[in-house]
Amino acid sequence: MPEFTMEDLKQTLRAIAGEDEQVDLDGDISDVSLADLGYDSLALLELASQVEKRYGVVIPDDAVHEMVTPRATLAYINGRLADTVEVA
Amino acid sequence: MSSASTDAGPGPVVSGPVVSGPVVSGPVVSGPVVSGPVVSGAAATGAVVTGVGVVAPTGVGAEEHWQAVLAGKSGIGRISRFDPTSYPVRLAGEVPGFAARERVPGRLIPQTDHWTHMALAATQAALADAGVDPGELPEYEMAVVTASSSGGTEFGQHEMERLYTKGPSWVSVYQSIGWFYAATTGQVSIRHGMRGPCGVLCTEQAGGLDALGQARRLLRSGARLVVSGGTDASLCPYGLTAQLATGLLSTEQDPGRAYLPFDAAASGYLPGEGGAILVVERDAPDGYGAIRGYAAGFDPRPGSGRRPALRGTIERALADAGVTPGDIDVVFADAAGVPELDLAEAEAITAVFGPRGVPVTAPKTLTGRLYGGGAALDIATALFALRDDVIPHTVGPTRLAPGCELDLVLGEPRDTPVRTALVLARGHGGFAAAMVLSDLHHISRTGNISRTGK
Repeated sequence: MPEFTMEDLKQTLRAIAGEDEQVDLDGDISDVSLADLGYDSLALLELASQVEKRYGVVIPDDAVHEMVTPRATLAYINGRLADTVEVA
Repeated sequence: MSSASTDAGPGPVVSGPVVSGPVVSGPVVSGPVVSGPVVSGAAATGAVVTGVGVVAPTGVGAEEHWQAVLAGKSGIGRISRFDPTSYPVRLAGEVPGFAARERVPGRLIPQTDHWTHMALAATQAALADAGVDPGELPEYEMAVVTASSSGGTEFGQHEMERLYTKGPSWVSVYQSIGWFYAATTGQVSIRHGMRGPCGVLCTEQAGGLDALGQARRLLRSGARLVVSGGTDASLCPYGLTAQLATGLLSTEQDPGRAYLPFDAAASGYLPGEGGAILVVERDAPDGYGAIRGYAAGFDPRPGSGRRPALRGTIERALADAGVTPGDIDVVFADAAGVPELDLAEAEAITAVFGPRGVPVTAPKTLTGRLYGGGAALDIATALFALRDDVIPHTVGPTRLAPGCELDLVLGEPRDTPVRTALVLARGHGGFAAAMVLSDLHHISRTGNISRTGK
C-alpha cells in the first residue's frame, strides 16, 4: 500500500503554495494547524488535487475541513489510499 | 509584521472623523521669491506622497530609477521572458535583475503573478521609504488602491496551457485568485493588514492617475494612509498578442528608433513591465509632494467629430488644484508615440499653455509604456523632479513632428526650479487623466500653493 508521508506532505505544500518565512516546516509541526503554517483552504484544495493525480484516488472538496493539521491530513489521505487499495 | 488592531470595528467601515480635504482656492501668490512658511505640525497639506517604491526597466529601487532617468539610461531591449522571434514586436522594457524569491514572501510566489510580485516588492520599499509600520496604525484607516491593465496574464497563460495540454484537474487552484485585476490590491491588503476601502482601477495607461485620484478621495473621507500606484507585466505570448491587437505598438527593431513620441518618425510605442507603488498620507507634514489637483475624462465616440477629452481634463485638473497654466513648471506627457495621438496631445497642451509654453518631457521612452504601472511611475519621476529641481529629458526624439509645438526637453536634464508639475495619461479606449503635484514647501498653512523659494 502506498503511503503519503510527512516528507511527501511538506514537499507538496512547498511546491504548490510556497513556504512562509516565519514558519519552519522541518520543525515539529504535526499538530500545528495548517492555517498557522500559512496554508489556507485554497492550498489544501490544491494539495488534494495533487494527491488525486499522483495516487489515482478521489478526494472530495469538503475533505479540506478534515485536514486541520499535518497529522490529520496524513491520516485522512492515508485512509483514502487504504480504502482505494481495498476496493482494488 | 503584526496586523492586529484592537480598536478597529467589526466591518469594513472607515472609523474616525470624516475629514474633508483642504479646499484649494483663493489667489495663487506669485511674484518675487521670498522664503515661505515651512509646513509643519498638522498643516492641511492634503494628500501627501510620503513613500515611493519603484520596480521598473530603469531599475529596482526608486533612487536607482531616478538616477537612470537623469542619465538617460534606457531599459529597452530584446524581450527575454520568452522567445519573441516570431512576433512583430521584439523589443520591450523588462525589469533587470528582479528575483521574486529575494523580494516576495515565499508563500506568495507560486500563488501570484509576476505583476503582483513586483507590486509586493515595490509596496514594501514604499512603506520603508515612508517610515510606516502598518502594524502600528488602525487597520481600517489604511486602504489599498492600485491600477492594473492586464491582470495576471503570464500566470493565466501558464494555467491555460495546462488546461489544454493536460486537462482541467491540472489547472492550479491559484488561477482563481492570481489572474484577476484586483489580485495585487488584495495581496497587498492582506500582507500589510490594510482593511480600509480597497479597489482596483482598470483604465489602461491612465490607471495610475485614477488610482491616486481615488486615494485622495479616500484620504478626504477618513482614511489616513493609502497604498496606491500600480504595476503591470504582460510580456508573455498571450499578453503581447493582446497588446498587438491595438495596432499601436512599434514594430521598429532598432531600440533607439522604436519609441519616438512627438518625433516626425514616430512609429508607435514599446511595451514594458513594472511600475511604482506610492504611500499617500493625509496631511503629512513632510514628504515628496502633494496631490493638488486631479481630473479624469473620457473621449467622445470615434467619428463623432468632437474633440478628445484631454484638453478639458487638463483644465479641470488645474482648476481643481487652484492653479493657472503659468504655475505649471513641467508637463509629463502621455507620449503615445503614435503620430495622431501625439498630435492630439500636443494640441491639448498647446491649447492650455500656448505654443512651446511649458517644458514637456516623457522619460517613459526609457521604459516603454507600462500600462497600469506607467502613470504611477511618471508620478514617482515627477516627485523626484520636484525634490531635485530638475526636469529629466526625453531620450529618443530629435525632430518634432509638424504640428507638435512643444518645448520638449531633449538632450540633457534641465536644471530649473520645479514646484508644480502636471502629469498626463491616456488609456487605450478613451481614458484620459491629469494630475497636479506640488512641492510641499510651497503649500501654505491654508492649503494654497505659494510661489516661494526653497
